[in-house]
Amino acid sequence: MRDVAIIGVKNTNFGEMWDRSFRDIVVEAGVGAIEDSGISGEKLDGMYVGNMSGGQFVEQEHIGALIADYSGLSLDLHIPSTRVEAACASGGLAFRQAVMAVASGHEDLVMAAGVEKMTDVSSAAASAALAAAADREWEGIMGATFPGLYAMIAKMHMHQYGTTSEQLASVAVKNHKNGSMNPIAQYKNRITIDNVLNSIMVADPLHIFDCSPITDGASALVLAPADIAHEYTDTPIYVKATAQASDTIALHDRRDITTLDASVAAGKRAYEMAKMTPADIDLVEVHDCFTIAEICAIEDLGFVKKGLGGKMTEDGETAIGGKIPVNTSGGLKACGHPVGATGIKQLVEVTQQLRGDSGPRQVDGAEVGMTHNVGGSGATAVVNILSRKR
Amino acid sequence: MSVARFWRKQINRYNIVGTHCKTCDTHYYPPRNVCPKCRRDGDIEAYKFAGPGKVVTYTIIHTAAEGFEMQAPYALAIIELDEGPRFTSQVVCDPKEVSIGMRVRPVFRKLGESGDKGMIYYGTKYVPDNDRN
Repeated sequence: MRDVAIIGVKNTNFGEMWDRSFRDIVVEAGVGAIEDSGISGEKLDGMYVGNMSGGQFVEQEHIGALIADYSGLSLDLHIPSTRVEAACASGGLAFRQAVMAVASGHEDLVMAAGVEKMTDVSSAAASAALAAAADREWEGIMGATFPGLYAMIAKMHMHQYGTTSEQLASVAVKNHKNGSMNPIAQYKNRITIDNVLNSIMVADPLHIFDCSPITDGASALVLAPADIAHEYTDTPIYVKATAQASDTIALHDRRDITTLDASVAAGKRAYEMAKMTPADIDLVEVHDCFTIAEICAIEDLGFVKKGLGGKMTEDGETAIGGKIPVNTSGGLKACGHPVGATGIKQLVEVTQQLRGDSGPRQVDGAEVGMTHNVGGSGATAVVNILSRKR
Repeated sequence: MSVARFWRKQINRYNIVGTHCKTCDTHYYPPRNVCPKCRRDGDIEAYKFAGPGKVVTYTIIHTAAEGFEMQAPYALAIIELDEGPRFTSQVVCDPKEVSIGMRVRPVFRKLGESGDKGMIYYGTKYVPDNDRN
């Protein structure tokens, strides 16, 4: 297998973009990544696009072809374009497919993108679309919602480990602070623990400020074989590992309610592939669709012992400048969560951090970064490790 | 959910019928056609569960799922049946009464409906089993 590098990246602004369409935002991200890479679009050998639910959000399937067409890569060029779906992990999966295409030698210059346009439907319709990531026949039919499933994880975490609502809230407070320094973030306002605890209850113990928002956004990046990456950029960022794992579709079938075994398995595979340990990671973007999800993630990825993720966050060890900065972008909570785009956005954030391009939220001396992208309540997880050094 | 899709699993939902693997003696609810432990060596048969169980974890849902607005706030829970398997249901009582580890017993209840003129869906919810708490 060949080594692979990221040579260009782009995030659109994240937020409620009522003046811009699905195709507008994904083309902006794709063209931006190509510009950043210095290649020209016709040199692409393939495209992989993460998208969870174009069918429900914008009544559009056949996303791969649409994007190739509106990016100007269909006319005469007929560049192959593949849509990849794994609920909220669609972006992470698209990246992994793109890396495998380059690593195998089958394709050289490849785009990995992600997109979701979620605000063209009511928030009730958006919630119903998201609920399809759970088990429709055995969770959804009983009145389960996504906040409800993660609330059951939170309730169990509190019961087993004494995690508090204040510790959950500290995740949101930290991520809003990071988001306030990220120009693309949906929410740039800083919040307090009291703001979170006094916000409306969605699914006990999760308040609305424990939940990531509904977001429009797109992200894209360009991959090249590591051997030729320097032809395009002075700062290629190398893919040291890309790993994926599956678990039961329903939360109720998990071995342990508070552990996402798919995250543990994908993390373990990624560490093995990169020949690294958690101590080698300088920053990590984790899948904080709810505050409890960030606490589980830092435990499952080995940054802290199971049960101590809440305390670690409350103690400031996951802040920028702390032991392991988590979600410098603002995470899904503050940067926003356009579900198909999130996995790619995380990789764009880590790439910019490793290049040293992250301005006020820069992690000093960042050499190695990780991304962690989850589908549903944990049925799919993707973990990637990126490095400045090959 | 379409009528056919619901009807197909009606016996399983109404009567708590799942499956049992004779090879490894593991019970499954919801039912599975393939035993995840034995795979092709598994020997699956239908199995009717006794019904009682306990609350593994729960939440009180305030922002309801589509079609459940009239029920909010409602207690959603993962129930562990006495034979072992776990599944998602609701606990029908004052939401403040629900707790982790609480013993519960099944009741036949309406789950939802497909609009004003559509089919009504029934299934199994749970109530506190006060004789055993």
